[in-house]
Amino acid sequence: MNEGLRTASGGRIDRTHVLNFRFDGRPYSGYAGDTLASALLANGVHLMGRSFKYHRPRGVLAAGAEEPNALVTVRRDAARCTPNLRATQVELYEGLQAHSQNRWPSLAFDVGAINDLIAPFIPAGFYYKTFMWPKGAWRSFYEPRIRAAAGLGHAPTLPDPDRYAARYAHCDVLVVGAGPAGIAAAAAAAGAGARVMLCDEQSEMGGSLLADAHAQADTAAHPGSAWLARSLAELSAHPRVRLLPRTTAFGYFPHNFLGLNQRLTDHLPDLPPELPRECQWKVRAREVVLAAGACERPLVFPGNDRPGIMLAGAARTWLERYGVVPGTRAVLVTGTDEAYATAFALQDAGVFVAAIADVRHAESAAAIAARAARIPVLSGATVLGTAGRRRVASIRLATAGTELTQPCDLVLMSGGFTPSVHLFSQSRGKLIWDEALQAFLPDIAAERVRCAGACRGILALAAALQDGAAQGAAAAREALDPARTGVSPAGGAGRRDLASARPDATGAPSAPPGMLARSAGARGRAFVDWQNDVTTKDLALATREGFRSIEHIKRYTTTGMATDQGKTSNLNALGIVAHTLGKPLPQVGLTSFRMPYTPVSFGSFAGPARGELFDPVRTTPMHDWALAQGAVFEDVGLWKRARYFPRGTEDMHAAVARECRAVRAGCGIFDASTLGKIEVVGRDAVSFMERLYVNSWERLAVGRARYGVLLRDDGFVYDDGVVARMAHDRFHVTTTTGGAPRVLAVMEDYLQTEWSELSLWLTSTTEQWAVIAVQGPSARGVLEALVDIDISAQALPHMGVASGRICGVPMRLFRVSFTGELGFEINVPADFGPAVWSAVWEAGQPHGITAYGTESMHVLRAEKGYIIVGQDTDGTVTPDDAGLAWAIGKNKPDFVGKRSLQRPEMLRADRRQLVGLLTDDPALVLEEGAQVVSAEQPGAPSPPLGHVTSSYHSAVLGRSIAMALLAGGRARMGQRLYVPTSDGAVAVQVASAVFYDPGGARLNA
Amino acid sequence: MLLIQCPYCGERPEPEFVYGGQAHVARPRASAELSAEVWAAYLYRRDNTRGVHAERWRHTHGCGRFFNALRDTTTDQFLATYKVGETRPPAQRSGP
Repeated sequence: MNEGLRTASGGRIDRTHVLNFRFDGRPYSGYAGDTLASALLANGVHLMGRSFKYHRPRGVLAAGAEEPNALVTVRRDAARCTPNLRATQVELYEGLQAHSQNRWPSLAFDVGAINDLIAPFIPAGFYYKTFMWPKGAWRSFYEPRIRAAAGLGHAPTLPDPDRYAARYAHCDVLVVGAGPAGIAAAAAAAGAGARVMLCDEQSEMGGSLLADAHAQADTAAHPGSAWLARSLAELSAHPRVRLLPRTTAFGYFPHNFLGLNQRLTDHLPDLPPELPRECQWKVRAREVVLAAGACERPLVFPGNDRPGIMLAGAARTWLERYGVVPGTRAVLVTGTDEAYATAFALQDAGVFVAAIADVRHAESAAAIAARAARIPVLSGATVLGTAGRRRVASIRLATAGTELTQPCDLVLMSGGFTPSVHLFSQSRGKLIWDEALQAFLPDIAAERVRCAGACRGILALAAALQDGAAQGAAAAREALDPARTGVSPAGGAGRRDLASARPDATGAPSAPPGMLARSAGARGRAFVDWQNDVTTKDLALATREGFRSIEHIKRYTTTGMATDQGKTSNLNALGIVAHTLGKPLPQVGLTSFRMPYTPVSFGSFAGPARGELFDPVRTTPMHDWALAQGAVFEDVGLWKRARYFPRGTEDMHAAVARECRAVRAGCGIFDASTLGKIEVVGRDAVSFMERLYVNSWERLAVGRARYGVLLRDDGFVYDDGVVARMAHDRFHVTTTTGGAPRVLAVMEDYLQTEWSELSLWLTSTTEQWAVIAVQGPSARGVLEALVDIDISAQALPHMGVASGRICGVPMRLFRVSFTGELGFEINVPADFGPAVWSAVWEAGQPHGITAYGTESMHVLRAEKGYIIVGQDTDGTVTPDDAGLAWAIGKNKPDFVGKRSLQRPEMLRADRRQLVGLLTDDPALVLEEGAQVVSAEQPGAPSPPLGHVTSSYHSAVLGRSIAMALLAGGRARMGQRLYVPTSDGAVAVQVASAVFYDPGGARLNA
Repeated sequence: MLLIQCPYCGERPEPEFVYGGQAHVARPRASAELSAEVWAAYLYRRDNTRGVHAERWRHTHGCGRFFNALRDTTTDQFLATYKVGETRPPAQRSGP
């Protein structure tokens, strides 16, 4: 650290606590309380980054969240490496390692700076016009290089090892921003009895007071620092107040719901294992007070981007908050009186202030004071250019026809203040243009929100404090009003008086437009957007090329589109565009303020929802048994389902072949518990089923089941499943595994809103029943000894249902089959599932019982041509398309979807119908999703006739089988068609989708 | 995240609810006799309101009941929520 660059005393740093850190590998030191930026400046380092496009050397422009230039990567280890952090917001800690970005091989010597020399050839939008030829070069050459050049820092490639927390919170009054207005608001609200949360993005609360050693908090001339210390002590001791420093309110969502991101460990040298890195607060506030402050605006003049050129307020912050002298010989370019105070403060600190170039023509009181302090003031001045490569060395000024060149190593600029209306605008509040301030201010609120202090244009300290206290008290009054009905009604809407009502320019500067008049002799580019390298020429080019909407100009020139979201640049860009188009600024419009206010880590949004906690996991009662058997699982929705049970070194193909043969030859056992199950019970249960499903239910006898098909009202298949009538007024409905929640939702919808006259109840029983499918020729032999009911073919035929007991446990036994074999599905209360499963397993041993998984289930059902809704149907398939027209009740006056099935389009003969496909080569398994065409020749124009929906190798049939939706498919039996693949066209023959036991003899055994 | 007044349970956060589309669209009875145009209108035509919109919500992760709401689509403010079968209350647009 260069002690010569520190003031002798003052500031909010701890001079007894030296911290060592590295920037680009070089060792430096600073003090506790420093940011990376202030510590680098104290070491004489102004060059902190390279700009995005031209790779121009850049120093810090600002001192806070709005900083566009000094973006760094902070690296703790290979996995903890955060790019694109603003050096002005990185708190210094012992051992900090930071790296500059967007440069190679080094920050001082950057090959990419060649872009700066060819700048005339790469204006705004050049990439839309340049990379057009040759055509093939885009993918092979241009795009990879552009992608490599794009972006600033690099994200780590390792998983994030840190924890992130999420918290919901409620409060009466949320105050965003702990500057003077915010602190006053929080104190007033808490004093009125409200529960208050006060958040601020900085490590220390106090806002502008932190950088103003001479601030007077009130008419009694109490020093601002004393007021701050006392207020914060009172607030932190207050039982109804929660203070959240290092917490950025990044988003304002409907109904006073705000996202706050709290950084808990980024400032610590060692990471405490008990702390998460960040905590995302999701706050619902009855009332919100925004005290977000204001950003100083830069001035737009030629060569305004060299290191050493910064905002006046930033220089004041370096000096008074961090005790850093940012230069030795300063020139101030200003359009405000406020900036003069910085010049005086610098002069007091021993900096030689060579000149003040005031862009205004009128002589202000501040100018007179400056002259008295022997600082030359040039009124009506403009800037012709600057010089200096890695640090500004001189500035050329012009006034009243004369030119002069001032050597300097520090240029300060001030173009007025832009109130931070981001959150107010995100809350859908309307903004209004203020001519005197040359800024947009909050106007009409859409939520229960108030603005206080500088973010609504009240810049003077005493007025801001008064305003904060008034808004805080009013917010508390409304929050605690017993008559209020909650957050959601339009409480704050339309209340212009609360959001805006800027009093008549208390201390408001008469701000100039951001762009200085370009006089003859001016040289160099004038930057508007530092981070994205947008110049006045780029904006002019965009308007010349016909762009008028500010949203289009923004995207064409990329102004305001960088990680800083144009905090320093947007208003100047608007002013320049308005000037170029000859329109008043408010008529040009304003680009949207989007969340987040500053970038938020992905980890914060993910919170604890990572890895095992990403999604709930549903397991069946028999899950542990399958696990012990070494089953391979697959995810079906949230369910874990056993896919196959490999033995020894078997792969899936071998295991599935064995499992399928075992079911066809003897007996298989399958966990079908994931099937959706809904109990439909009540006087009108049968009427309800009649209206909902295509099938006829009136004459379904108790103890019988039927395959039910459910349509949407547009006539397309929505779900299917076996439905059993357990009693006259009771149906046991099954659905597809994934469809259970949406089928129940549809049922509830019709019952509650369309047919509320029907008396019945709907209950999800999916997780109440364990379902054990026992399938195969020996299934009856396996079960007979375990059940207390007659399950002979006569007593319980196919689609019969009986209640009884198995192993002494209550059971619903379905004689159903999804394999085409003699089969049963045993429903027992879920807790009994594992025991009954084991008993069946034991009883099946003499029969060679084999556990099979979902993959074998798929093959077995496809051999029989049984569809899976969502695989063989896709939301455009009617019952007839799927070969299910037989299921439709013939004499029903209505059911959901019936009217749509009568549309001419639904009756066309060339609709895609489900058929089977047999490849000429029996060993070849088609790819699911592959198109089917009529022409063999590759490349020949041949309209797709349909696509393969299911395709497997069938061990039992010794060949591949496939199902397809095919235009006019049923009329194409025996036709030769082709499936184009990457290895050429595969010849197939159209066949029935029932490949196995078409007569159904095995099913009815 | 919206805050929604369930007429049965009170104010609850949006994740407890599922949106149910436009309210007061009755499924025609005797649909077999309807013209294709009338049926298509029922199936597919919905208002795209700028302003106060009557819409259905279901308190899925709560009481499970469907209800109707008047929401201003320009501000996301709810003007009223009411039970199925109740007539739509009169409501003025909120805000600007």
